[in-house]
Amino acid sequence: MGRVQWKSPGRFLHWQERLVHMILAIFAVITILTTIGILVVLGTETYQFFIKAETTPFEFLTSRKLEPEADPPKFGIVPLIWGTMVVTFGSCVIALPIGLASAIYLSEYAGSLTRSILKPALEILAGVPTIVYGYLALMLVTPALRYTLELVGIKVDTYNAASAAIVVGIMIIPMVSSLSEDVLRAVPQGLREAAYGLGATKFEVCTQVVVPAGLSGIMASFILAFSRAIGETMAVVLAAGQLPQISGNIFTSVQTMTAYIVSVTSGDAPFGTAEHLSLYAVGSVLFLITLCLNLFSGWILRHYREEYS
Amino acid sequence: MSVKSLNKPANWSSADPHFRPNRRRRAIMDPLFRWVCFFATFLGVVFLGTVLGAVFLRVLYPAGAGAKSGIPLGERFSDACALLRRLVVNKPGIEASEVGYRVGLVGSAWLLLFVILIAVPVGVGAALYLEEYTGKSRWKTLVQTNIANLAGVPSIVYGLLGLTLFQRGLGFKSLALGPCVLAGSLTLSLLILPVIVIATQEALRAVPQSLRLAALALGATRWQMIRDHLLPTAAPGILTGTILGVSRAIGETAPLLMVGAAASLLKVTRGPLDRYTALPVEIFYNAKEPDESFSTVAAGGILLLLCLLLTMNFFAIWIRQRTSKRPGLAGSMRTKRGG
Repeated sequence: MGRVQWKSPGRFLHWQERLVHMILAIFAVITILTTIGILVVLGTETYQFFIKAETTPFEFLTSRKLEPEADPPKFGIVPLIWGTMVVTFGSCVIALPIGLASAIYLSEYAGSLTRSILKPALEILAGVPTIVYGYLALMLVTPALRYTLELVGIKVDTYNAASAAIVVGIMIIPMVSSLSEDVLRAVPQGLREAAYGLGATKFEVCTQVVVPAGLSGIMASFILAFSRAIGETMAVVLAAGQLPQISGNIFTSVQTMTAYIVSVTSGDAPFGTAEHLSLYAVGSVLFLITLCLNLFSGWILRHYREEYS
Repeated sequence: MSVKSLNKPANWSSADPHFRPNRRRRAIMDPLFRWVCFFATFLGVVFLGTVLGAVFLRVLYPAGAGAKSGIPLGERFSDACALLRRLVVNKPGIEASEVGYRVGLVGSAWLLLFVILIAVPVGVGAALYLEEYTGKSRWKTLVQTNIANLAGVPSIVYGLLGLTLFQRGLGFKSLALGPCVLAGSLTLSLLILPVIVIATQEALRAVPQSLRLAALALGATRWQMIRDHLLPTAAPGILTGTILGVSRAIGETAPLLMVGAAASLLKVTRGPLDRYTALPVEIFYNAKEPDESFSTVAAGGILLLLCLLLTMNFFAIWIRQRTSKRPGLAGSMRTKRGG
């Protein structure tokens, strides 16, 4: 009858523990390295661009001429920023009211049955890849715009900013809606009940109590959606075209920053030339704008959050 | 009660002459607002229907050369099925009636495989590290803020990163992977890493603390506790987030355009260091063709892509709905795309 001796697994488990800890830490560090990688790559290549193109950052940011293939080439980002802003503001005009209204409906009005239908529909809409929206703009939205607006005598180009704005707007609705809904749901029930107790209608509770209470969060979601629209690529490339121009007419082609990046990549500018390096300069501006917006949105959330307890 | 009766109450007398109840306006605004909000939400369904409907109709009613008119619907369906079958089997070509997405589909499958192999372990690992191995510290706040910001970086910027870092190896010849599947997969993995980390963190937070304490109290090491109890319990949430993240990677076009996905490739990709192209990239080039018959080809490709992605998303949502009914884990397993 041998005695069963308990053997401490000791050393093996100890090393396993340390190894796992180390591996997981490395995985976490990879996320930091990604950011550093983006900063280093954009920084160095943008620096190279300014040397190769013999231009200054100030000139790059303020010049209104973008002719990368001319001789001497001219690199001014203003037309690209203009194009981006036209599409982005247009899409926000569509997406923000619709997104907010649907957030209000889902959080305040919808019963569990309606919710269980509408919410997955919005989520699936969010999962449709952007290339599909681009195709849709080209095949459906632009012809529809053309057909209706030509009746009133407005000329619509094949590639135009308006249809890009419409599809990008549709694309960011689910995002505004789901982020804002989370915010509205977090507003404590007591506030609503107090307002009802004073005789407010549901409309008044929504617009004068719930929405103001969640205003900081709603703002944050608006800014995130705005930044997402700025970074949107494929839909804009297909719908808005490749013509860098500053024009007040939204039914004509514009080029956004993302579209410029795609057009240079699919063009045949060799590596290391000023034209190819201008990718990184435009990419840096794009990155900085979206980064600032994202940080700003996070800052709003932290500093203006209403604390209920 | 009708609007009129609301507006003239029986015993109406007010001490304050400035008091305006605005009953009529309030009685109109209230249901109006409700319907406006409902309509806005319903637009989501309408848009989804439009997207799917337009693509379906284009496949059923092809445009351009070879388009037939006046044939019955049944024949149209069999034609559409034949079209889809051809699109799956054929390789790219010059004639719209010949081209297919075989190379792109294979390329996307390779990308899917490597993205799962790379992004899931790293993402889940990073989330485990943040949730289970670090307390509240400045380091954790830094990593957390960093991940939140990475989630908001436009995909095309990841494309620039992948182009420089993976395809060209920062200019060092020995590090450069060239335009191959691996470079594309690494880029897409970095792109969806924040999505997976955030989703996994939420799933881990939803696991009750008592489970961890019980395992540790019985003498399990931290890793044993994680492997045997935490991960199995959080698995549905992690799975949901992972599927949503991966399906996003499969639908991405812009970063792949940067990291050397070919416009039209005749050779099927056979290994991780081969040249590649992906389904969305081929769709993009077909959609750009001015020839109308390519529009049908693009629509067919989109139909294939959507079938794949919507199945994945539907599955993810289904897993979440099913688990959220379980008590104790309710509600918190929600995952958002992007951020």
